[in-house]
Amino acid sequence: MELRVGNLAVSRGGLVVLEGVGFTLHPGRALVLRGANGIGKTTLLRTIAGLQPAVCGEISAAPECLAYASHADGLKAALSARANLSFWASVFGTGRDAAGAALERMELTGLQDRLAAQLSAGQKRRLGLARLLVTGRPVWLLDEPTVSLDQAAVALFAGVVRAHLAAGGSALIATHIDLGLDEAETLDLGAFRPRQLRPVAGGFGEAFDDATGALP
Amino acid sequence: MIALLLRDLTLAFRAGGGFGLGLAFFLLVAVLVPLGVGPESGILAIIAPGILWVGALLASLLSLDRIFALDHEDGSLDLLATAPLPLEGVVAIKALAHWLVTGLALTLVAPLLAVLLNLPAAGYPWLLLSLAVGTPALSVIGAFGATLTIGLRRGGLLLSLLVLPLYVPTLVFGAEVARRGAAGMALATPLALLAAITAGSLALLPFAAAAAIRVNLR
Repeated sequence: MELRVGNLAVSRGGLVVLEGVGFTLHPGRALVLRGANGIGKTTLLRTIAGLQPAVCGEISAAPECLAYASHADGLKAALSARANLSFWASVFGTGRDAAGAALERMELTGLQDRLAAQLSAGQKRRLGLARLLVTGRPVWLLDEPTVSLDQAAVALFAGVVRAHLAAGGSALIATHIDLGLDEAETLDLGAFRPRQLRPVAGGFGEAFDDATGALP
Repeated sequence: MIALLLRDLTLAFRAGGGFGLGLAFFLLVAVLVPLGVGPESGILAIIAPGILWVGALLASLLSLDRIFALDHEDGSLDLLATAPLPLEGVVAIKALAHWLVTGLALTLVAPLLAVLLNLPAAGYPWLLLSLAVGTPALSVIGAFGATLTIGLRRGGLLLSLLVLPLYVPTLVFGAEVARRGAAGMALATPLALLAAITAGSLALLPFAAAAAIRVNLR
């Protein structure tokens, strides 16, 4: 599944933060998004994932091919690690075995009966990332996947991503850490920042001319 | 869908899940009102259907903000929105889980608490029926209200204010069914209207709520 993004503009809080973003992500490849804090990496990923509408531009992949992993892991503290993952496996229709396999891949098998509340931050993160494996979707959108992971876990996760790429999947990764992926290209989002932040045309702003006029 | 229902039910019964909250509140109302009103059983019998309905309504209101706020806080709502489930279905399932945990439980304990309020014997089946027909509307309307306040921290106050006026028709007709039943009067009209409110909100509000989620996730 090829992900093609063309001339995409995304907005946050009523302001266009990135415009003219374009890239093609082929199967088996990874693209690393770089850029300073606040440049709009998360906004871009959320837009591609279909969680918010684009200001303009096109996204070729259907939302059904995309698996989005946000900052938050979406874990329920009162459920065990295994129950958390089995839930997502049944939501995505990949079955019970997928959850067990994913736990093993992320080296969480020994912790599977612990409540998510009792896991450490890094273990929670690993469990959150294990969810990607049970989605069975080809294009991964990863937002800072390595936060709170130690070096060994980063290497483990890089191995999982590499296996996913080798199996014909692809990954769009917003990260500040080098995952050590040879297949990865880098896209610096700084180039797509509009020279002046301007409000989204046709948004609520137009109804409040005074308010938009006050913006830089 | 079933997995989501089972997860929500499991979470509701786990510690801090809010299963006991509504029931305990309902019990408190039914125990405290006779103490406050005084021992004249005649007065209690007259106000019993209304008190039980108001109690059920407020008890159901108590746990509304948990329906979506918790999922939004821990990020699962984002993930559910990108999952292959229609958001309308997610709303319907979550409302169903809320109803099973509060509405159904309140309906089942209502006859026991009606004893405390000295409800006339003829009113019991109609009280049960009115709650069984009316409480689903409370859960669905409440789920819709909860989606409107998703992004707000501590949105409970706004949620109550938004939902209370929407609850009024359900309360009026629900309590009327129970009151007429207890007094032995004809109750077909309020019962039909109550059922209509429930059917209408079940049919329409999941769509409105899904749209509200999409807007609030932006």
